Amino acid sequence: MPVQYDDVVAWVKAFASAIEENKAYLTQLDSAIGDADHGTNMQRGFQAAVQKLEESPGDDIGAALKGVGMTLVSKIGGAGGPLYGTFFMQMGTALAGKSELEADDWATALEAGVEGVQTRGKAELEEATMLDALLPAVQALKESVGAGSSLEAALVKATEAAQGGMKATIPLIARKGRASYLGERSVGHQDPGATSSYLLMKAASDVLATKKAS
Amino acid sequence: MKKLINNPEDVVPDALQGMQAAHGDVLRVMIDPHYLCRADAPVQGKVALVSGGGSGHEPMHGGFVGPGMLDAACPGEVFTSPTPDQMLEATKAVDGGAGVLHIVKNYTGDVLNFEMAADLAREENIEVEAVVIDDDVAVQDSLYTAGRRGVGATVLAEKVCGGAAEEKRSLKEVADLCRKVNGNGRSMGMALTSCIVPAAGAPTFDLGEDEMEIGIGIHGEPGRERISLAPAREVVERLAGPIVEDLSLQQGDNVLAFVNSMGGTPLIELYIVFNELKKLLSGRGVNIARNLIGPYITSLEMAGCSITLLKLDDELTRLWDAPVSTPGLTWGA
Repeated sequence: MPVQYDDVVAWVKAFASAIEENKAYLTQLDSAIGDADHGTNMQRGFQAAVQKLEESPGDDIGAALKGVGMTLVSKIGGAGGPLYGTFFMQMGTALAGKSELEADDWATALEAGVEGVQTRGKAELEEATMLDALLPAVQALKESVGAGSSLEAALVKATEAAQGGMKATIPLIARKGRASYLGERSVGHQDPGATSSYLLMKAASDVLATKKAS
Repeated sequence: MKKLINNPEDVVPDALQGMQAAHGDVLRVMIDPHYLCRADAPVQGKVALVSGGGSGHEPMHGGFVGPGMLDAACPGEVFTSPTPDQMLEATKAVDGGAGVLHIVKNYTGDVLNFEMAADLAREENIEVEAVVIDDDVAVQDSLYTAGRRGVGATVLAEKVCGGAAEEKRSLKEVADLCRKVNGNGRSMGMALTSCIVPAAGAPTFDLGEDEMEIGIGIHGEPGRERISLAPAREVVERLAGPIVEDLSLQQGDNVLAFVNSMGGTPLIELYIVFNELKKLLSGRGVNIARNLIGPYITSLEMAGCSITLLKLDDELTRLWDAPVSTPGLTWGA
């Protein structure tokens, strides 16, 4: 069954709830290597994005995701605003005018979003950033969809890959963002951006699993 | 957490309204999106200077809005970069037809948000140049970090460029001057205590009673090394030594020496630091031609200081001396 507009809204809401639940955890990860604001900033941004989605219902998934991106850019601040904002804006552009999504639409849009993050942040894999969770997730999603998996199964794989990538940031020396100032002292800490990006993937697979079950 | 606030979420708007109440004759405070601009903005035919960054560094940047310095400042949440919509509105409000210079401290969030804002402003046909300040010698500038942080030299760049803009110099000339200040200015800071971000409610890091952090940034982010407390003389050597080396200061050079409080360190200690700095530089034949001593780029209530040295020539000295009239810095006006 294709993904509907309401499922996409449910994904953003599920991620907003996950951020709410993990706000203190994200801030704690950030205070070890950064400036202790990731949880608070993400919560403020996604609360506003959910509010905007509720105020302006529709059926254009692309437009809705673009709107989410714009809201995040203006509400999050820090590096997270432009990065998560660009992610949703690029996903929205890739899905412009669509009201239903098949598995390959998801894969294309997710790839566009992650490419946007990479262009804006100028980071590569293994520099201890969001991309350490996002790039493996895109790879896994594309491979699974290409091999004919259902979107639900592919998202489970993508979430596992994101979780692996998030954990793999622990031994890394951070090379981008504020944590890079610590050099070797950043080793031993899980990257807060990779952690929120894992939660983003997990929210997508949770929402689709629930949809299938219902 | 003991702070004179009403509510952690309202710290920034409450303080901005306080600035409007206190300084409404020289500046205008706009809420949502938040920015401050000169009361007489836009000044026709003058290059406009816009800066911004997280709050918690007061008087930077809002306190430097006024004739001879910034045309507008965009305050983010405490220690969080402002957003492109704020920067765009501020840029539009102060553009007097001669272009707008964005002065950006080198922090990933600030740089990314100002890049997006400049893209948006150019779409509205406003000429924008951006200069990124990265003067902190505590951070190794390499391919493997986000680069040196922007700290104390930002205050000096805002003053010098403000002076040049008042002389109706072109956008390119003002931007070049900003790069010149950045190229000739270097800083390093240290902390005796941590600070508490109001929304977090707990100290950003722990520092023992007998410890200090050398190479601290202005957000309470840990620095380069943690060592035992030492006399001011030794602290000054650790901070100024790398600066003198990085600037390759020679006998006979003139510098502006800026001794800054991180917020919690009183003036009496800053003068002790300045005296040690003067002795250190005199020993190398370097002359302190100008000085600035006090809390100008702070980190909430953190105790500690930073030292910035700017190598001066006639042009920089003249523009430093030019009249300025802002809540945070005033002379000659």
